[in-house]
Amino acid sequence: MIQTVLDGILTGSIISLGAIGLTLVMHMLRFANFAYAELMAIGAYAVLVFDRVVAAILPPIATAMAPLSLTGSLLVALVLAMVVTGVSAVVIDWLVFRRIRAKADPLSMVFASFGIALIVRNLIVLIFGHHPQLYSQAIARAQVISLDPLILIKPDQVFVLFAALALMAVFHLVLTRTTFGFSLRAVAENPTLAQVAGVRLSRMIIAVWLIGGALSAAAGMFYALTNQLNPMIGHVFLLPVFAATIVGGIGSVYGAVLGGFIVGIASGLALMLLPAGYAPAMPFLIILAVLLIRPNGLFGEEIQ
Amino acid sequence: MSALRIEGLEAGYVRDLPILRGVNLIAETGKLTVIIGPNGAGKSTLIKAIAGLVPVSCGRVMLQGHEITGLRPDTMGERGLAYVPQTDNIFRQLTIRENLMLVLRRASDRIQRIDELFTLFPALRDKQDDRAGALSGGQRQMLAVAMALAMRPRLVLMDEPSAGLSPRIAAEVLDLARGLTDQGVTVLLVEQNVKQGLRVADHCYILAEGRNQIDGPAAQIAADPVVGEIYLGGRRMGAA
Repeated sequence: MIQTVLDGILTGSIISLGAIGLTLVMHMLRFANFAYAELMAIGAYAVLVFDRVVAAILPPIATAMAPLSLTGSLLVALVLAMVVTGVSAVVIDWLVFRRIRAKADPLSMVFASFGIALIVRNLIVLIFGHHPQLYSQAIARAQVISLDPLILIKPDQVFVLFAALALMAVFHLVLTRTTFGFSLRAVAENPTLAQVAGVRLSRMIIAVWLIGGALSAAAGMFYALTNQLNPMIGHVFLLPVFAATIVGGIGSVYGAVLGGFIVGIASGLALMLLPAGYAPAMPFLIILAVLLIRPNGLFGEEIQ
Repeated sequence: MSALRIEGLEAGYVRDLPILRGVNLIAETGKLTVIIGPNGAGKSTLIKAIAGLVPVSCGRVMLQGHEITGLRPDTMGERGLAYVPQTDNIFRQLTIRENLMLVLRRASDRIQRIDELFTLFPALRDKQDDRAGALSGGQRQMLAVAMALAMRPRLVLMDEPSAGLSPRIAAEVLDLARGLTDQGVTVLLVEQNVKQGLRVADHCYILAEGRNQIDGPAAQIAADPVVGEIYLGGRRMGAA
């Protein structure tokens, strides 16, 4: 039970990071972006590429920081991947969604997002192959650090949890302490009024894609660090990230964070009651339950 | 020079289906001009088109002699135009102070300006760290007006500021709008409460079916029973 909850918290922190950007994008642009979780895959593979490059250029920082399997080159790669993934999100919006928003309805954007998800996933397969990969072979030799031998907590998992919480805390400070954060919250709540208040919507859309892409890259890297890297990361996290967004209420950053943990823990606990094969259905059930009981989510407000 | 001049304005939400069909309007500097008319006349659409929120297909909007037709809504504030929407005119998830900080984020004297606004609206000072969504209807309108005034606008557009308020609070909000003209601010007001709107206005325009019908001094319009009967639902006007 404790193990399940701990695993759920870890998975929940990754889902939360992915859901923060999605909730902002969904509320601001008024469409369900089914390509969003692919940003996690782009980020995770970008880390792989940058890690190899940085390790080749600066071999001294490519050694594991015991007891973590994490290396300095991976951390540098993560920062670079966050930038690249954020820019990728902006480019996808610029190439596809921006043009569709100008001419067609939100439903067309939804269909386009399905197409983009397939393209991104298959491009990753084409470049990196189907086979799962690891950032470092040291992962397999990570130590168990919990006192109870029945509870397995790896150092990498602790790092991922605290790193995810730290990123959320930084984002919270940006949202609550800076005028940029006020603008971001204003646009998420009421884009039209935000424009009246002098906020340039097109710039905020770019900012949201950059932030969402960067956080998704971190989420993808954290998942790959504690599990393994494969081209299906986006597919695996698509439903959980959507469930977290809907549970929290579309447009609510804090709702998305809480929703991520709820979905992560609930999915884990479901494994105690149901066969493992039913686990992927859990986010579906959570979405259905929330839509039936509280259609606007825990913190969401009715979209006008 | 008039603060606002509108010439032959055609605008609407859907292309080739204009709601406004050639509206002309002048708002004199430091005066309160009210726009009234039956439902669906295009009053709110006119205000939104001036603010840049509804596409304009024809005509011109001149602010202090400078054309602002079709400019982005986020650039209107720096040109001296502020807009108070009818509903959803504050950010409910932000605190009162954050709402004001947002509008004033580029102002170097924003702390001092917020203090001035709190002096103007003391009720907001006491609740400055509360979420704006927790405010009463009247206080929300106060905050919306404070946000509009924050950048020291020359023209304030107000879309039915009394909507949904009790008669006493509605009268207070309209008096507040009237009070802005004492500071040299031009106010263009859309109002469903005809009697109250005419009470505080200097000049009145009546719109119907997206076109000008009648305009004149507010007192003269208020005293004309024929105008009330034809355009404003006579008995209701007296009863409002």
